[in-house]
Amino acid sequence: MTETLKREEVVAARGIKVTFGAVKALDGADLVIHAGECIGLVGHNGAGKSTIVNVINGGLSPHDGSLSYSGNETHGISAARANGVRCVFQELSLCPNLTVGENARIMHAELKGWNWRGRALSLVETQLREIFPGHSIDCDLSIDDLSIAERQMVEIAISFAGIDKRPKLVILDEPTSSLDAGLAAQLMAYIRKFVAQGGSVLLISHILGEILSTSDRIVVMKDGRVVADRMASEFNTRSLVEAMGNVVREQEFARAAAAKSGAAVLSMPPRRGHGLSFQAYRGEMIGLAGLGGHGQTEALLDLYLDRNSNWWPTQKREIAFVAGDRSLNGTFPLWSILKNLSIASLGQLSSNRMVDRGREDELGAGWKKRIEIRTPDMHNRILSLSGGNQQKVLFARALATTATTVLMDDPMRGVDIGTKQEVYEILRSEAANGRTFIWYSTEMDEIRLCDRVYVFRNGAIAAELVGEEITEKNVLAASFHEGDAA
Amino acid sequence: MTLHRFLMAKPWIWSFAATIIVWVVTVLFTGGASSFGLSQAALTFAAFSVVVGIGQMFVITLGPGNIDLSVPATMTLSGTLALKLMDVQDGMILVGLLASIGIGLIIGLGNYVLIKALRIPPIIATLSMSFIVQSVAIWSNRGLRIKPPETLANFATSGLFGIPNVALVALILSVIAWILLEKSIYGRWISAIGQSTFAARMAGIPVDGTRLVTYMLCAVLASVCGYLLASFSGGAALNMGSEYLLMSIAVVVIGGTAVAGGNSNIPGIWGASLFMFLVVSMLNTYGFGAGFRLILTGLIIIAVILLAGGRQSLR
Amino acid sequence: MKLSSGTIRLIIPAVSLVLLLAAVFYMQPRAMSYTGLNLLFNLAVPIALATIAQMLIMSVNDLDLSMGTFVSFCACVAATFLQSSPVLGILIFLGAIAAYAIIGVVIHIRGLPSIVVTLGMSFVWGGLAVLILPSPGGTAPTWARWVMTAKPPLVPMAIVASILIAAVTHYIVMRSSFGVLMRGVGGNDRSVERAGWSVIGIRAATYALAGFFAILSGIALVGLTTSADANIALRYTLLSIAGVILGGGQFVGGKVSPIGAVIGALTLTLAGSFLSFMRISPDWQIGAQGAILIVVLALRLALNRLEKREKSQ
Repeated sequence: MTETLKREEVVAARGIKVTFGAVKALDGADLVIHAGECIGLVGHNGAGKSTIVNVINGGLSPHDGSLSYSGNETHGISAARANGVRCVFQELSLCPNLTVGENARIMHAELKGWNWRGRALSLVETQLREIFPGHSIDCDLSIDDLSIAERQMVEIAISFAGIDKRPKLVILDEPTSSLDAGLAAQLMAYIRKFVAQGGSVLLISHILGEILSTSDRIVVMKDGRVVADRMASEFNTRSLVEAMGNVVREQEFARAAAAKSGAAVLSMPPRRGHGLSFQAYRGEMIGLAGLGGHGQTEALLDLYLDRNSNWWPTQKREIAFVAGDRSLNGTFPLWSILKNLSIASLGQLSSNRMVDRGREDELGAGWKKRIEIRTPDMHNRILSLSGGNQQKVLFARALATTATTVLMDDPMRGVDIGTKQEVYEILRSEAANGRTFIWYSTEMDEIRLCDRVYVFRNGAIAAELVGEEITEKNVLAASFHEGDAA
Repeated sequence: MTLHRFLMAKPWIWSFAATIIVWVVTVLFTGGASSFGLSQAALTFAAFSVVVGIGQMFVITLGPGNIDLSVPATMTLSGTLALKLMDVQDGMILVGLLASIGIGLIIGLGNYVLIKALRIPPIIATLSMSFIVQSVAIWSNRGLRIKPPETLANFATSGLFGIPNVALVALILSVIAWILLEKSIYGRWISAIGQSTFAARMAGIPVDGTRLVTYMLCAVLASVCGYLLASFSGGAALNMGSEYLLMSIAVVVIGGTAVAGGNSNIPGIWGASLFMFLVVSMLNTYGFGAGFRLILTGLIIIAVILLAGGRQSLR
Repeated sequence: MKLSSGTIRLIIPAVSLVLLLAAVFYMQPRAMSYTGLNLLFNLAVPIALATIAQMLIMSVNDLDLSMGTFVSFCACVAATFLQSSPVLGILIFLGAIAAYAIIGVVIHIRGLPSIVVTLGMSFVWGGLAVLILPSPGGTAPTWARWVMTAKPPLVPMAIVASILIAAVTHYIVMRSSFGVLMRGVGGNDRSVERAGWSVIGIRAATYALAGFFAILSGIALVGLTTSADANIALRYTLLSIAGVILGGGQFVGGKVSPIGAVIGALTLTLAGSFLSFMRISPDWQIGAQGAILIVVLALRLALNRLEKREKSQ
């Protein structure tokens, strides 16, 4: 321990609090990274992993707590960059139209003047060769022409490269998500080498084998807090999953007896040619679980778009969709609450293709009462509502249709707990009436409400859990790849 | 505060207020002698801008990137072919109108097929289409300038109770368009698509079908306008549509329709069309030339878009 | 050796140009001479410059609908002020470049659609042009006339100039470190911003550069026609957009190619001559240009599909 204390602190975040509306994304999290160590960061969805990463790289200012780089208290993107913090994001952040060398030029402002192209090329090529020996990437090609794995390799190499000074801390968010086992092993080996030379790495991965074998120290986060921070040797796969999970609160509640009666109302063959196939039966509440971004939303979109014409008005709607990202693909911001609610069921509300205002108002009044939309007037703009109430309107939009199946794309993100309880109640009664719900959720509490759960990993369904099997532990075990230590 | 909100909710008021000011100033300058003639001329010429403007507005409502550049060519072709078909016979007036509507339907369909099949942005698809349409018009226009049937010409140039007939036609079309936009399912759909195409798709709206109908509607309005304009001016000319390319976009923008899509405004098109004509005549009566007129038009467009853009960013 | 997608994008425009040229030579062997080529490509230089200007704007995901009126305005200035009092003329041009930079900044800061802002500007430039030259007239500066009518040995001026334009702009856009930033903004402006650059500054500089090339286009046009009028280049707006697209550029994503743009402009110019050699009646010439545009775009779509299929295999 004394040896650790003597080492230089590259980044120290202490007591960090960040809130988004009613949601506490970080609730007093501590994360100290010393020079020459690799820290593995694990946790389930919404545990606060990406929020703390964004605080460290300067993209988010903490609402409370202290943040210092090499002992100096400061924050902001440029401060983080000046202190040698680099970040490889999960979503690709290269310019797809530029070549590898040109992207290096964008990331490293020092590359300019005479023969910058040559210097950029040699910089990236050297670094690529160092991390991924034997790679076959042509650095004159544009990013568009590279495979996903090659793009990821290039981004990693550009982040580790340094012209005047090497980076002090490199944050890798799911760096191996599209690399095969061999490349992942090369990267892990390079991380060890980089750390041995005095650099630091913060590694986020859903492959626990990687975390266990590569990290010196593992930090486990849950509900915006750090719940475990120990040397990697003190963990094994099992204890790590247990640390992430919530063993205390395993409450029981009445779950509808699984009634797989009749033919499936929806089905889908195994995705990406492997894993399990998907079926849904009448009146079921089906959960799609797994870590965020592992193909759940894509599965929902496929289910929906296959059954909805883009050219002709559908006579009888069978399937409705509740969006998760309200501002991006849910609400129509210029419209009133009422118009936002009624858009999906205009067919029922009109005669001769003309909307009947009276019937529309009636529908609005009915749903306002039923789900308690807190507004004095349904003709107010949708943006006058709080996020939770906007989400309720989106639920009402889907439920007001005649659709027998409702798809939900993580709709409760950023909704306060009171609203959630109200919506759960409505969902249960609708399911009892024979509606089928397919629910992608990143929250374990919601997944546990479902009758049956499909766990997604790498775009395919990795496991199916029924009834009592739906526990946090089982879901976590299926979403994390135990895998060989890469 | 309430007044402020009222004005924000009704952006077309600005264009009407501006129109009235310009009208009063012009009439005062000419000593009131011209007030009747000026109003007549304003209504007549505004009517043509209104008809093409409504079509363009429907397209712009579909959201960023949606625009129809084939409007002038469509007007020219429709005017030319309709006059040729009617061949100065009064009995053929209706046939000519149907033919021009048919031309509009075909061009609109062609536009959307190009957009969809070649996956090119509407601006370049409608541009390529307009080249071809323009060529057909040149080809068919060759030779003599054919006059419109006498009854039709009389109709287009006369009026009812002092209001020009073309303005009445434009008014009827505006009312229909207003009903479509405000009362029908279709109106809700295009507004939804303009605000967020993806959200519209996920709410069960047939996006491609709706967009196709909209492009066809725009082309039909343009061809009807071409038919009227050719009848009004005693024959079709090859450049008769050219000034309506920028004009159709300008009246939509000045009229308070959101360029970002989703929000459209029919009264504003009337205000903007009258305003654009009156500004021209005002500058003419003051003796300013075409140069000042154009500069002022441009500055007005930019000022309006700056104000409107500011409103959106406040949200 | 694997071809990059940029190279593939250049192949179609180049092949279309060569095919078109071969067809012209086949139909009119006399065109295969110094004067013949000069006649064929004479008007290509100003179009190529305007296309380059449009391409610069498109590289940051915008579109300039005022290109035609702006080039007309520049031609009017070149035929009047630049000829009679060069200092004043140059000052006007500097002001125009500054105006372009300001437009870029305004579009960026207020998040306005470039189409509408430049539409408004097209009225302004058109009005200024009418004020300068109410009726056709003016005289080309002698030096502009001299440059445009020069007869270099072996290869006609129009071709020399086109190659020069392509080379210079290829260096600026594709090779220089500024060009990388510019295309980076078109490709992924968030990542450029995240790396610590000022996207406003990059956009302003891009617009200013576009203004500069459009001015050159106006001067070149006057050098060819010897006089100017306010409507001299109105069709350049559409021609320049079509030229960029023909040359393999795209509306969004910062995928542009200066060499392609020049080839696109040459193709458009040649298409006009080709159609008249084909004895296609002048009535159909515009239409045939539209058809050529559609065919090339369809070809490109087919090629993109093929490329994608190869990649996924």
